Amino acid sequence: MLLNSGTLVIEERLSEQVLAEHRPVLFRYALLQLRDNELADDAVQETLLAAWQLSATFEGKAGLRTWLVGILKHKIADHWRRSTREVVASDFDYIDIDDVERDEDDFFMSNGHWNSGPSSWNDPEAALNQQEFWAIYETCHNNLPPKMAKVFMLRELVGLEADEVCLETGLSDANFWVTMHRARLRLRECLEIRWFNTTKKGKHHA
Amino acid sequence: MRDCRDITILISKGLDKESNLTERFAVGLHVLLCSHCRNFQTQSKFISKVAHRYTEYLEDRLGKDRNET
Repeated sequence: MLLNSGTLVIEERLSEQVLAEHRPVLFRYALLQLRDNELADDAVQETLLAAWQLSATFEGKAGLRTWLVGILKHKIADHWRRSTREVVASDFDYIDIDDVERDEDDFFMSNGHWNSGPSSWNDPEAALNQQEFWAIYETCHNNLPPKMAKVFMLRELVGLEADEVCLETGLSDANFWVTMHRARLRLRECLEIRWFNTTKKGKHHA
Repeated sequence: MRDCRDITILISKGLDKESNLTERFAVGLHVLLCSHCRNFQTQSKFISKVAHRYTEYLEDRLGKDRNET
């Protein structure tokens, strides 16, 4: 009896409805890697189907979404294997954190004050409607060191929770938000130089 | 007394929901007087918003590319 109810709980947790709640996050993850709406949609569909079929093997230790992202990564890797395109998608899977420590000093002077601090931006909301702005955003994101870009992407673009990002990347909690902070400093400066204040020149990260 | 470098760290922690009440109070007080950190705070929030919307923009653009080819 006890066994039966245990099985029931698992089946309930991995019902189609429960799985479907994770669809938006999985789709964003797939889209950012595959850069194709239909391929991303297919990969997510296959992932949810596989997850549903594999329900019984899900142990719940790592959290459902982490498990789903794991399946999705396999589906995406399968895709690259099948396709003729040479893409180093596996880059995405590896992260180490050794060079995150060095660059905060570029933004602040030794007394802790800003080294040419943030100026005010004129009507940032209007930028959201401009194609060119999004191109600049892409450039700024791609200019981040790869590991930093990945952490920021998983948290802010895909929408994983902080602890899920830490699981994915092997970062400690403290390293996670320090990395997020540095990504913000860099993105902010890059957007300021390249979009909001194009007369401000000569900084190091843009 | 916390300087701008410390305050921006606290602002980031706040965005990741990891700051406590004392830290949020310190940030609130500091940004009243410091326009650089105030700009950093509003602009960091804006960058989050941009990042959240990026995939929508990408999906839209990829959809258009496909229709045009």
